[in-house]
Amino acid sequence: MDTILAIVIGGLFAAGFYSLLRRSIVKLVIGIILLSNATNLLIFTASGLTRGRPPLVIEGADALAHPHADPLPQALILTAIVIGFGVLAFVLVLVHRAYQTIETDDMDKIKGIDT
Amino acid sequence: MKLFIVLPILIPFATAIVSLFVRRWILAQRILGAVGAAGLLGAALVLLRMVEGKGIQVVQIGNWPAPYGITLVADLFSSIMVTLAGLIGFAVAVYSLASMDTQREKFGYYTFLHIMLMGVCGAFLTGDLFNLYVWFEVLLISSFVLMALGGERAQMAGALKYVTLNLVSSALFLAGTGILYGKVGTLNMADLAYKLSLEPQSNLISSSAMLFLIAFGIKAAIFPLFFWLPDSYHTPPVAVSAIFAGLLTKVGVYAMIRAFTLFFVQDVGFTHTLILVLAGLTMVTGVLGAVAQNEMRRLLSFHIISQIGYILMGLGLFTSLALAGAIFFILHVSIVKVALFLVSGVVERLRGTGQLKELGGLYRAYPCLAVLFMIPAMSLAGIPPLSGFFAKLALVKAGLEMQQYAIVITALGVSLLTLFSMIKIWGEVFWKPEPTKSEYICSEQPQILKKTQILFLSPIVLLAFLTVLLGLAAEPFFTLATRAAEQLLDPSEYIHAVFGGKP
Repeated sequence: MDTILAIVIGGLFAAGFYSLLRRSIVKLVIGIILLSNATNLLIFTASGLTRGRPPLVIEGADALAHPHADPLPQALILTAIVIGFGVLAFVLVLVHRAYQTIETDDMDKIKGIDT
Repeated sequence: MKLFIVLPILIPFATAIVSLFVRRWILAQRILGAVGAAGLLGAALVLLRMVEGKGIQVVQIGNWPAPYGITLVADLFSSIMVTLAGLIGFAVAVYSLASMDTQREKFGYYTFLHIMLMGVCGAFLTGDLFNLYVWFEVLLISSFVLMALGGERAQMAGALKYVTLNLVSSALFLAGTGILYGKVGTLNMADLAYKLSLEPQSNLISSSAMLFLIAFGIKAAIFPLFFWLPDSYHTPPVAVSAIFAGLLTKVGVYAMIRAFTLFFVQDVGFTHTLILVLAGLTMVTGVLGAVAQNEMRRLLSFHIISQIGYILMGLGLFTSLALAGAIFFILHVSIVKVALFLVSGVVERLRGTGQLKELGGLYRAYPCLAVLFMIPAMSLAGIPPLSGFFAKLALVKAGLEMQQYAIVITALGVSLLTLFSMIKIWGEVFWKPEPTKSEYICSEQPQILKKTQILFLSPIVLLAFLTVLLGLAAEPFFTLATRAAEQLLDPSEYIHAVFGGKP
């Protein structure tokens, strides 16, 4: 499972950076989405996958049984998803507005007009 | 007592919320904007005094004990940085009162300014790596808005580059955090420092150290990751440029110094030598870029990059004198940089352009402004007795002690080129006669300036005075920086403070 996820993460990062390097600003947005998802999956995988072992103390015991899923990375991912969502909403509006103002979606044409 | 650590976050937060409520009433927003920033400066000074007297201060948010809860830590370095944030926030808020157009004020300029200040202070005070990421996002998203607010063509193009590169940096930061958590099982910085010091040096940790170096490096605009900065920093209004120039890259540098003094210190021979090389390249490319520019704010933007190189040089040398020099340098360069950007704003306001070719004759017309430019410009170049001289002296001395002659020669050469490009601005903008065919002179704008003159000039006067003070009375400030550097070099005090005595 780890290996498959590692390959998926690598693929997502590659696809994300590839989209960022494209000329169209719409693909730039897609690149940002892929990057943030790849990062979330990376946090999930890097901290170790444990299946079917919720971090709950069983009745009668006073500590967690040892192999249990770590809830913290999932909390981190939840935060990162929320932040990523907010940022993405902003980027969408920015790209739309930039398209309206500059009247092109080609990064090469946007290059010269920052003065 | 513990309240004072939280106040630098709470004050800008409260200011932002209240100014949202009075969003239709611009006068109230303006007053709040300035008063809130003054409050932040006051709180930061109290915090600095407290940390100076009583050592590192720690708050466990929600009373969860150290490695589980979110910890706020104020050591000398972070309280110096918070004070700097308060000072620059205040100067820029006052300057904004005069320079910001009502359209931007109406759309929440002061709200976002203060949310950004909250993010900056949070990043300086947090003792948790993931929390640092969250504060980074807080300050980033409000800086995105400040960058794009107004929606001019150039701003849109600048904002696209700024937003994209900063998001890439955030993704890498988060990836590094994830890998580090997977390896060590904690994100509390003190706990990380403790656990990593027990760990034999491992490649996985070096790999996430490099991810952090790249992530913070993009934010700090080091070589070769700085391209977004000179492409975007000259597009928003001057007040926004100024606060970005003074604070945002410094947050990246702060994070880098924190990470590479507290927990990424297993393989100093590799990481810190790499930082030293990057420092040299950053200085040189930054200053060469600056020399080639013909527009005031673009030229100053490239200087931000070359000055970042000096701070990194202090980190790369990794001795107490070098780190003290770096901390002193951050203080000096933020103050000076903001002053220069604000002067360039006044020049643009007076003449309607920042192009060096179209400017001239300002020394004859406004001698006071010329002096106000000259002081920070000479300080940036490192002319004694101004603050830049002592900052560079400490770094050069540390370099000589470590026998790193290459970086010392680079630093001195870059210093000369800095002087050259400051003199270029001086000659073109202030000294040479006004170009005769200038169609850019707006006869009405100086009139507007008359009314708000004091608001335009007082922040610049304050900052210029501070750079002179930092130079003439360098000793107390330098002693403070040295104490901060010693705290950085000895993480055990930090770890001890966070865990309240238990290891």
